[in-house]
Amino acid sequence: MTTASVTRKRRYTTDQVGAGTVALRMIAGLVVLLIFVAPYLIMFFSSLKSKREILQVPPTFLPQEWHPENYLTMWSTPETPLVQNLISTIIIAVFATLLVLGVALPAAYYTARFRFPGRAIFLFLVIVTQMLQPAVLTSGLFREFQFLGISDTWFAMILINAAFNLSFAVWIMHSFFAGIPKEIDEAAQLDGAGRWSVLVRINLPLVWPGIVTAIVFTFVSCWNEFAASLVILSTAGNQPLSVALTKFVGQYATSWQYVFGVSIVAIVPVVILFMLIEKRLVGGLTAGSVK
Amino acid sequence: MSDVIQGTPAGTEAGTPRRRAAAGTRAGDLFAALPWIAPALVLIFGVVLFPAIVMFYNSTRDISQSGIDRGPAGFDNYQTLLDFEPIWGVLARTIIWVVAVVAITVVLSLALAQLLNTAFPGRQLVRLAVIIPWAASVVMTTLVVYYGLDPFYGIINQALVDLGIIDTPYGWTKNAVSAFSWSIGIAVFVSLPFTTYTILAGLQSVSADVLEAARMDGTGPVRTYFHIVLPQLRSALAVAILINIINVFNSLPILKVMTGSIPGYDADTVMTLIFKYIQTDHRIDVASALSVVSFAIVLVIVAIYVRVVKPMREV
Repeated sequence: MTTASVTRKRRYTTDQVGAGTVALRMIAGLVVLLIFVAPYLIMFFSSLKSKREILQVPPTFLPQEWHPENYLTMWSTPETPLVQNLISTIIIAVFATLLVLGVALPAAYYTARFRFPGRAIFLFLVIVTQMLQPAVLTSGLFREFQFLGISDTWFAMILINAAFNLSFAVWIMHSFFAGIPKEIDEAAQLDGAGRWSVLVRINLPLVWPGIVTAIVFTFVSCWNEFAASLVILSTAGNQPLSVALTKFVGQYATSWQYVFGVSIVAIVPVVILFMLIEKRLVGGLTAGSVK
Repeated sequence: MSDVIQGTPAGTEAGTPRRRAAAGTRAGDLFAALPWIAPALVLIFGVVLFPAIVMFYNSTRDISQSGIDRGPAGFDNYQTLLDFEPIWGVLARTIIWVVAVVAITVVLSLALAQLLNTAFPGRQLVRLAVIIPWAASVVMTTLVVYYGLDPFYGIINQALVDLGIIDTPYGWTKNAVSAFSWSIGIAVFVSLPFTTYTILAGLQSVSADVLEAARMDGTGPVRTYFHIVLPQLRSALAVAILINIINVFNSLPILKVMTGSIPGYDADTVMTLIFKYIQTDHRIDVASALSVVSFAIVLVIVAIYVRVVKPMREV
């Protein structure tokens, strides 16, 4: 894959700079690192404080007494059923990602391999929908799903998340499929393999990096979706964490330590997923309206 | 234009299809393709294009607060928007929101990408840290800032006092202007990762030979940057700016959390106003009218994207 080779090209190793410049860069790097980590450090330390300490004036940075048991007690608060919210988040994100994969993979493969009438129109449609987001269409989605009688269901949000992430997945996997020499396909077909088995046995292992990228982006985007869930899911237990946590805002004596504990639980896995594909991000994902 | 695109997997020598289905007719070719692309088409039509039509239709209907269609309304819903006094402020604020967030994001990202493109020990760690706001939920990132800005127990307020920037803690989230300004800051923060990484990808394609030649000629670093590096980042910047415009225009969670509890419409953008019409006023017809206007704006931006970035060139 070109991406991999581009990212591995480390031109900067030829830089010849003095120790002073390197030290300056390190200081700048440290400042940047602190700025980007700071909100999440505050989140983490706050999640370990007692209810009294989190509302204490003046505030503390590090907890005076540590309360790791917050991570067990936080799941039962009166504001919202957080366990159900976590389950909702997981179910919607997992099934939407599976749906995207099942729908995008064949389309990406076929459009990369074969020419057919309407192919350009299809790919154009993919690019245009890639730039659309649920927020601007929420009122239409709300009425449509109300009419279909599936408003306020996980199924509706799985469909919405899948539809709006489909384009990026098609696009990124299309590019990977296009990078595989057709001779490989033809050799397999000469050996008697059908079209489906050429895709599964020959192509899939080669486009695996593209599939992983598509999966990670889709999953993270579904995991964090907010606007459509806010309107479509009216029952508290159906809502994902992103919507549920906003209910703590504006309350008298908010249990912020719980808000942040739940946030940490929700953020850490997806940040790790994103870090796993960091190399691909440097390679550039210009095809995708990655959020 | 091609610099960035070459850096993508799409840049692998061709997206051209390798083979025509043997001896197939045009209709036959399409028929053979359908099983592979039909599921995608169904999703795109059913959940992206159809709601757009529903929205357009509803914007011309009179719909009660309980959701009952009471018949055609012509352009009354659009008229309602025009008669809504704060609408001009909302529109102006939407422009300020998009322009300020995108401009600040791009300038900071150019600097950040430049730093991350140079060699120094620990660079990989900094790169990973920069990713965090990209992956983390925007709602949750905003919540911690909202908490930190509390006038009594807010740690950001405390830090500002300790640094001598302000004398006493201030209720930033209690008034429209300061809450909106902080929201711009948060929007920049969460937009930086994508923008920085897109520019980083563009920087990869800047020829080292040309930079070397410039150095030989005695061109200073500032001149080199503005005359050699920046022009080559054009396509990366075009992608970053247009996608950011779309994202920032569509952004709801930051303002919803930061300014949602402020009465009135002094901190609203078009997007937050749409959701106020849906959720607070239960006016789905007026919300649809405003959504149609927003949708038209988004389509114009998409058209510019397709023209400027030419994403179809690869297929």
